[in-house]
This record gives sequence, structure tokens and C-alpha cells, in this order.
Amino acid sequence: MDVWTGLATGFGHALTLGNLGWALLGCFLGTAVGVLPGIGPALTIALLLPITFQVPATGAFILFCGVFYGAMYGGSTTSILLNTPGESGSIITALEGARMARNGRAGPALATAAIGSFVAGTIGTLGISFLGPLIVEYALRLGPAEYFCLMVLCFVTVSAVLGGSPLRGLTSLFFGLLLGLVGIDLQTGQPRLTFGIPELLDGVNVVLVAVALFAVGETLYLAWNHVEGRQEIRPVGHLWLSRADWKRSVGPWLRGALLGFPFGVMPAGGTEMPTMLSYYAERKLSKHPEEFGTVGAIEGVAGPEAANNAAAAGILVPMLTLGLPTSATAAIMLSAFQSYGIQPGPMLFTSQAELVWTLIASLYVANVLLVVLNLPLVGLWVRILRIPTPLLYAGILVFATIGTYGISNSVIDLVLLYGIGLVAMLMRRFDFPTAPVVIGMILGPMAEQALRQALTISQGDWSVFLTRPLSATLLLLALLALTGPRLWGMLRFLIGHLIGRRTA
Amino acid sequence: MRPEPRAAWPDFAVGLGILALGGLALWQAAAIPPSPVYAQLGPKAVPYLVAAGLLLLGCGLTASALRGGWSAALPEVREAPPPNRRAFAWLLAGLAVNLLLIDRLGFVVAATGQFVLVARAFGSRRPLRDLAIGLAVTLAAYLGFDRVLGVSIGAGILEGWL
Repeated sequence: MDVWTGLATGFGHALTLGNLGWALLGCFLGTAVGVLPGIGPALTIALLLPITFQVPATGAFILFCGVFYGAMYGGSTTSILLNTPGESGSIITALEGARMARNGRAGPALATAAIGSFVAGTIGTLGISFLGPLIVEYALRLGPAEYFCLMVLCFVTVSAVLGGSPLRGLTSLFFGLLLGLVGIDLQTGQPRLTFGIPELLDGVNVVLVAVALFAVGETLYLAWNHVEGRQEIRPVGHLWLSRADWKRSVGPWLRGALLGFPFGVMPAGGTEMPTMLSYYAERKLSKHPEEFGTVGAIEGVAGPEAANNAAAAGILVPMLTLGLPTSATAAIMLSAFQSYGIQPGPMLFTSQAELVWTLIASLYVANVLLVVLNLPLVGLWVRILRIPTPLLYAGILVFATIGTYGISNSVIDLVLLYGIGLVAMLMRRFDFPTAPVVIGMILGPMAEQALRQALTISQGDWSVFLTRPLSATLLLLALLALTGPRLWGMLRFLIGHLIGRRTA
Repeated sequence: MRPEPRAAWPDFAVGLGILALGGLALWQAAAIPPSPVYAQLGPKAVPYLVAAGLLLLGCGLTASALRGGWSAALPEVREAPPPNRRAFAWLLAGLAVNLLLIDRLGFVVAATGQFVLVARAFGSRRPLRDLAIGLAVTLAAYLGFDRVLGVSIGAGILEGWL
């Protein structure tokens, strides 16, 4: 199916009443969890996973993608009005956005964030539609050896390149790999790392780990650091952009989107780097550099927010075409595919063409829905921010508990949930990233399978990974990514230098 | 001459913890029974690899802790308020109540109890209001999961009435 027939079929399915309903529900839920501090899309999709037993795959994935996109929109509201970024991608938005809010310009900040998210989300979705099939064509030629090397590269980039330190990122990753090993070995039927406990033969549930990391750990950490008192929410004010605001926003939106999307597509995923780069670029290019860091510059909200959304859309490309998740949310979505018995990867575009194109079409739909939900309804989301902290976190733990207890009605699962939650709290205290745990847990078993297949094909000859040009290149890239943070620092210094000279 | 950097004991404990985890993985990898079927790469290989990785990373973290550690320099740790042991204890009490009650009285009662204690942990002083809201939230969660999503949550004393 080529892109245009694909999109036509996709829109045909996405615009049915039922699927529009799923998209609307997803966008609504996603914006709400994006707005609420302390919970995010990965946790929400993990809790919604049981829906895969009830609803056909198309409906469930439209819902999940709505949550995924919606959380990006909602996150900016919290960053601007509360100055508490909900996720790493909106830290930069909070920088200028909160300053604008403090100076009575919360309305334009929210508007430029929402419209910028729409522009970038649409550009990103266009990117998925046209880039996806191209990558698939190429990916169909990959064998298990290349796949294994690709996964190694993905492991290295998500754990060693993003975040504070390669040492701590890799430790998180290996903790995830260890959790993924628990249970029966699929190839030989041997129990592994079960400590002789029969409940562990089925493995550790992904939902349990995600909920423990993202809800329980976070709540425990917040209680440990809890200070009595209330946070101040800035008033929204007039919610529209003046002509000058439009003029100052359009450039940053487009630049942010073009910067963010490639970062999402590469397994070097993550939203921190593109948002940061966009921020520095806009600060250099702006005609009002004096507003940065003082009263708040609208370019500093428009650019990073667009980069954030485009990168988030880009993450779906390796997820759908290669079956490689580069963020915790994508990893949870991958496990949703698995629970339908669908293996994401290059075959998905041919074997499940209808599902894929409906999904992509629903991303366009979600973007439109989200602008509508976020501009006129911003008052509703502000009201969500007024939920008192005690009730918010008590409620989050109720949903964490029911989501885990529902897996097998076993108290052992709850003990594991709270135990891993305590580990997650320590991880937060000692600055270990949590996303590599989830990615290692889900991707680890797939990588092991690819490794074993490759070695079976080569009859035990390990040199396949080095003699095939593509796998050798991927391994080299992984090595570079591991040793390259210093190189990256130099590169960033150089870019900053060059941009600085051009405007000077 | 630079002063000898002081070891950071919390970070040192983390390093030892990761070493212990690596040891645990090594022990469990060794305990995997040999494969009855032939495979180029048996069931033990990757577990050994992961165990080795954890041991190496544990060594790295321990060494880093002995050279002054990393966490003391984090802005989030430097600017952290003093630990709120009271809030933390209430929260743990909430989790414990849930673990003790969920088998005996069912999800709704156990989670409502947890709700009130967690709200207390985060500074709420109105237990009756929390009880009412907690009951409403847990009932909504129960109905959503049990009836809409079709996830069995088991039957407790309140669920039987519905």
C-alpha cells in the first residue's frame, strides 16, 4: 500500500464514530494526566493495558496514541502555570513559560505552546507517514544479526547518552534486563532467576514494574520531601496571541519541529536534547534576547514546545517500523502490541496495514482534537490543577493498586509493587533514570532472541556481528555513543559558538 | 596538592547494593538447570552476561563513591528540604493497611483505608472528608476496572452488594 492509499484507508477508518470516540477519550485522558503533576503517559497506558482484552486493536491503539499526544499538550500547561515540569521534555518550557506567567502573560504562553504543539505534531505525523514506509522497505532486509546490533545501539543510546551519567544509566538498563530474564526461557523451557518461587515462572509483569516506577516511587519520594503548604497557580488571563506574538512564534515552531523530529526518529531518542538545542537556538536568533531569563520570551516557549512534540511523534517511527521503543511510553505500547499477538516491526506495514494507517490517520485527528481541547477548554485543565495534593496522591495510589491487583488478584504482586516502588524512590534520590529499566525489561528478551537466532544461523560463529557491514556499523555507532558524550559536549560548544558569531 | 576527596557513604551503599544485585544474578544464573535441548547459545549465557554487567557497574559506582560520589552535587539533593519522616511513615502505614486488608475485606475497603492514610501523609487534616472522597474514588476505580475493563478485582464485603 503506498502512502496515499494508506492514508485514505486510514482516514476512512479513523473518522468512523467509534474510532473518533476512542481518539477523543484518549486525548481527554492524556491531557488530564499531562496536566497532573506526578503521572504521565507511560503510567496511564500501563494502567489501561487491560483494555486490550476487551477492545479490538485499532480502538485500543487510537486510545493509546491519543493519551501519548495529549500528555505532551497537557505537560506544557503545568510547566507554565505551576513551574513544575511534569516530564523531562517540558523542563525548558517551564524556564521561559513560567516567567511569562509571572509577568501576566500566561495566556500567550499557553496559546503558543498549544498551537506550536499542533504545528509540530502535524509536521511530525507527516514525517511518520512518509518516512515510515521508506524505513520499512529498508528494514525488511535486516537479519537477526543486524537486529541484535540495532537493539544494542538502542540500549546504549537510551541509557548512556540521555541522562546524567552513562554509569547510572547502564545500571538502570541492566536492572531492567535482569527483571526481563525472570521466568521460563522460551527457547529451552528452563526456569530462570525464579528463586524457586512458582509465581515468578510467568515472569515479572511489565505493568507492575511501570506502575511501581512511575507512580509508587514518585509518591514515596514526594512524601519524603513533602513540605506543608500550597503551590501558587498563576491566572491564565487573556488566551490569545497578538499579531506580534504570532510573528515571533511561527519561526520557532517550524525550527523546533524540524529539530525535534530527527532526534525522535534516531534511536538516540529522547526529548531533552532537541528542546535544549531549540532553546539555545531561539535565544541566539531572537530579536528580543533581553526578554530571555527576565520577563520570559515567547520564542523560548514556542521553539522547545514544538521540538518536544515533534520528537515525541518521531519516537513512533522506530516503534512502528522496527519494533524498537526508545521511550518508556513506547515500550509500554510495544507490550500492548504483544498482548494482541502482533509483533511491531517491518512486517507490520504489510501484515497489519489497515491498523497502521488507521493509527497514523488518528494521529492527525488527535492533533486537531487536542488544539480544540486545549485552547477553549484550558479553564477546565486549570481547575484540575486545583485538586489538593493529598487527594491527588492518595488517588494516584488507588489506581496504582487496582491496576496491579487486577493482574492476578495476588497480594504477592502488591508486595512486589511496593518493594520496587521503594527501589524507584532510591533511584530518584540517587539520580538513576527509570526509563531504561522499562526499555531493558521489554527489549531485553527480544534482543536475546535475536542474538540466539543470529548465532544459530551462523552455527555459533560470533564474527557475524563484525563481518556483516551493517551490523558492524551499528556496533561501532553504539561504541561511539558510549564514549562520545565528551565529543557531544565539544560539538555543542562549537554549535553555540557558530550561532553566536552569526548573530553578533 | 589537591585535598584527598572524601568518600560519600550513601553513594557507597548504592554501589555495594548493585554489587549485591550482581552477585544475586550470578548465583541464580548458575542455578539454571542445563538445557535438555541443544542450542547454540544456552539459557545460561545471557543471565551470566547480565550478572557480569551488574558486577562491573557496581564496581564502577563503588569506585565513584570512594572518590567523592555523585549525589551530593545534584541540585535536587542539595536543595532538598529536610526528610519528612512523619509523612513517609503515614504513607508506609497506608501501604501496609492495604496489604493487610485487601485479602480479607476486599479492594474497596482496603484502598479507602489507604486513601485516608496517604491523604494524611500529604498534610490533610480532614479524615472524614477524605473517607468520603476515598470511598467514591475507590468505588469508581472498582466499577471502571471490574465492570468496564472486565478485570476481576475479587469480591470483598462491599463489592458483594454491587
